[in-house]
Amino acid sequence: MSRTLIPFGPQHPVLPEPLHLSLVLENETVVEAIPKLGYIHRGLENLTALRDYNQMIYIVERVCGICSCIHAMCFCHAVEHLMQVEVPRRAKYLRIIWSELHRMHSHLLWLGLLADAIGFESLFMQFWKIRERVMDINEATAGNRVIISTNVIGGVRKDLSREHQRWIVDELNILETEMHRLEKICTDDYTLRKRTVGVGVLTAEQVIQLGAVGPTMRASGVAQDARMLHYEAFKELGFTPVTALDGDSWARTIVRFKEVYQSMDIVRQAINHLPEGEINVKVRGNPTGEAVARVEQPRGELFYYVKGNGSKYLDRVRIRTPTFSNIPPMLAMLKGIQLADVPVAVLSIDPCISCTER
Amino acid sequence: MDIAKKLTEALGGYINKGRVKSPWVIHYDCGSCNGCDIEVLACLTPMFDIERFGILNIGDPKHADVLLVTGTVNHRNKVVLRNIYDQMPDPKAVIAVGTCACSGGVFQDCYNVVGGVDQIIPVDVYIPGCAAKPEAIIDGVVLALEVVKGKLGLQPLPQTTVFE
Repeated sequence: MSRTLIPFGPQHPVLPEPLHLSLVLENETVVEAIPKLGYIHRGLENLTALRDYNQMIYIVERVCGICSCIHAMCFCHAVEHLMQVEVPRRAKYLRIIWSELHRMHSHLLWLGLLADAIGFESLFMQFWKIRERVMDINEATAGNRVIISTNVIGGVRKDLSREHQRWIVDELNILETEMHRLEKICTDDYTLRKRTVGVGVLTAEQVIQLGAVGPTMRASGVAQDARMLHYEAFKELGFTPVTALDGDSWARTIVRFKEVYQSMDIVRQAINHLPEGEINVKVRGNPTGEAVARVEQPRGELFYYVKGNGSKYLDRVRIRTPTFSNIPPMLAMLKGIQLADVPVAVLSIDPCISCTER
Repeated sequence: MDIAKKLTEALGGYINKGRVKSPWVIHYDCGSCNGCDIEVLACLTPMFDIERFGILNIGDPKHADVLLVTGTVNHRNKVVLRNIYDQMPDPKAVIAVGTCACSGGVFQDCYNVVGGVDQIIPVDVYIPGCAAKPEAIIDGVVLALEVVKGKLGLQPLPQTTVFE
């Protein structure tokens, strides 16, 4: 049968970011997908030569705007390990609060984009409307909506006042009611299920073999989450990962829905148990040696390798982002699906191209 | 082109009025960290609702009047950016959203970064901020409309004429 080559991207309405896929089609069925990356490669790992380790926090935050706080947290973990700094308990809780707020806004953003991809415009608007509550919390507590720059080496830069804590809990309660309303719309909607159920199926064996991470992995029934490593205060707060069994785009949607509720619970618990004390410690000296750090991003596991040489400039910062791991599973799930389902399947791994290409 | 000119004259400036009253924007991420991209999308949503100015976000450059560019230009996507710009019909306005699009921002020393958007295509409005706030983006788009008006040879209408 004759084959057709269809370009998907780099400028495509369904993706806010440039990702190029060459789709090989037989009739309407995808036979193969060939990714072409590099449209937003900036080369910021190379900036270690020009920026010292404190300035690098601001650089790694700009690896990805959606999960900037978590990138900075992971980098700080690695450098704190090198410099043998023990972060105060209050700072640990505050880091959890901000990182879980980031996870919430990232998942709400994704749920909106999914609705947009299948043409459910009003649901997209609803998700982004309730997401503004999280953005307001970010702006009120840290001073910026997207890149909040709260992490510093040795703790956090800002504290949460008691009024802020009460207000955050109130806002989250309202958000939860609104989420329940939207969840009902999503689960009852015929079109949404029709477009996502059975699209881009990955089995548990496949996700392990292809190295998927994050909700893409957990939606296939593999309970793995970097928060199970109990970094920061997760040991005290306790954590069980959310999973689903079907491994299709619908299961990934459900996992992200449940993770929003879970993040709300974590933030509420962290606020309830917020210990008193210092929010950062003074750091002296320069990092020496090698360290790795792993944390859970909204999209999966984030990995940082940092090498210091005793001067204030680091030798190397290597970043492995979750979308990079999720691209092979995505290519596997694209094989054999219809062309019209490609946007939903590509979106279902929540691709973050600016993380992947840096 | 002659036909378009005659049509414009025949319609008594209605097309121009439509361009100014309801500009369609296209958004291209040119190497941004996503921060500005999600703020551009947030402009379209109920909280900020850029549609009250008649502004619509579309995916096809051939339908667009205003190009919103976020992020720095690099050696691979400068061709794509130029391509999108060339496909847009005149008169068009270009808005650089965010510090990276204005000058290169924190990435200007990176080896793969060319610099701001104005290195490749002419920019009419610069919106600073990391990430640029939705309020600032809306302000920038409204400013870009004045630029489009200037390119069309129109004077900004006095406010009172609207209510007469």
